[in-house]
Amino acid sequence: MSDAVIAVALVWVAASGTAVVLTRDPLQQAFVAGFFGLGLAFLYLSMQAGDVALSQIVVGAIALPLIVLLSLAKVRKGRE
Amino acid sequence: MSVLAYGVVAWLFLIGLYGVVTSRNLIHMVVCVSVAQSATDVLLLEIGYRAGGHAPVFVSLPAHPGPAVDAVTQALALTDVVVGATVTALLLALAVQVHKRAGTLDPDALRATKE
Amino acid sequence: MSRRARLALFAVAAAALAVTLGIGLAGLPSFGSQVSSYAKLLNVLAPRQRHVTDVVSAVTFDYRGIDTLFEEFILLGAVAGISMLLRPLSDEVRELPEDKVPDRAIPPPSPAVWLLAVLLSSLLALIGLETVTHGVLTPGGGFQAGVVLASAIYVVYLGTNYTTVERYQPDALLEASDGVGAFGFVVIGLLGLLAGDVFLTNVVGLGVTGNMIAGGTIALLNLTVGLEVAGGFAILASEFLDQTAVIRTRTKQ
Repeated sequence: MSDAVIAVALVWVAASGTAVVLTRDPLQQAFVAGFFGLGLAFLYLSMQAGDVALSQIVVGAIALPLIVLLSLAKVRKGRE
Repeated sequence: MSVLAYGVVAWLFLIGLYGVVTSRNLIHMVVCVSVAQSATDVLLLEIGYRAGGHAPVFVSLPAHPGPAVDAVTQALALTDVVVGATVTALLLALAVQVHKRAGTLDPDALRATKE
Repeated sequence: MSRRARLALFAVAAAALAVTLGIGLAGLPSFGSQVSSYAKLLNVLAPRQRHVTDVVSAVTFDYRGIDTLFEEFILLGAVAGISMLLRPLSDEVRELPEDKVPDRAIPPPSPAVWLLAVLLSSLLALIGLETVTHGVLTPGGGFQAGVVLASAIYVVYLGTNYTTVERYQPDALLEASDGVGAFGFVVIGLLGLLAGDVFLTNVVGLGVTGNMIAGGTIALLNLTVGLEVAGGFAILASEFLDQTAVIRTRTKQ
């Protein structure tokens, strides 16, 4: 049972990682990266790593999207 | 299962590198670097996993808890995730400043200044 | 080198890397089959020796404490690098944020957003404090809680505006928190040296397993790392926010 869960999580991570790379527009990529981070957290949790899953959730949902979006806002402002 | 598990690690790393090489936008490139970085975290945890094991937290366990998974690799992966995010932020700060100076985020259009 | 030549070179190199990775990963023991003997030993010894129930915290802050010190200083260095990179350059000037500029009328944030921000921010601060203090008992600890505490600060910006953030989160306080956290780690490590033992030895009283204040220096190091990570991530966001909201190129009049 837990093997099946880990397999699902691994496929989710591989698929969303590919989607992150193939999404060329950085704004859309930020959202797909959030999905990728969620998959990673699910994978870590299914491998019985609670601490690492907690780190990944807070980083992938809070810190990373914030700085990516702020950088994009700065770059777009510079283009106007 | 081993093939899937370790194959995903190799796939994530290679696809992250592919993203860096074929990127046309510095911010896109930085997020691809973070994808490649997460491959190392996944490998660390996979090495430390024990089938049928429980998390290395020894409180409120059932009567026969069974083996626990590796706590050392979890400690390494934990700090790696947080510090990796900070280094990603540093790369993004670099990208923002490059855009200010060069006016573009396209790595192919960046040239060393001759001034 | 043209783009096509670069891609061809990458294809060759990636194929070689894939083959090498495949050979290397195939030599690993099958997934989930065994754990290193060091880990098995620690899982048995750590609750007994350090009076903690979360072995990962004991490994991070006690058995492999020196690695965590290095990682923490990587974080400190990265935050310092970001602060230096995003400083106002010679042709830039700090202007008023957009909601203070006289010729532009920006509507104030709606009360619903403000209320949500207040609720979320207090909830996140509480969760952050709970995570940092329970790091010795359950999954949690300084690193995770630091980011949660920093997010309590981010939510303030999302619910209000830049001026409020600048007034209530002075940069000096965040930088002090960052520095005190990093310095505190080294000081606690030096306590071990002063006691005549090795750097980062657990010299404070260990307490009872299952209490919140147990594990000696593990609980203290959790607090200092939480301070440092929270300060670091808050500075990070504040620097990026300054760039977006305030710093502009000096226009030539």
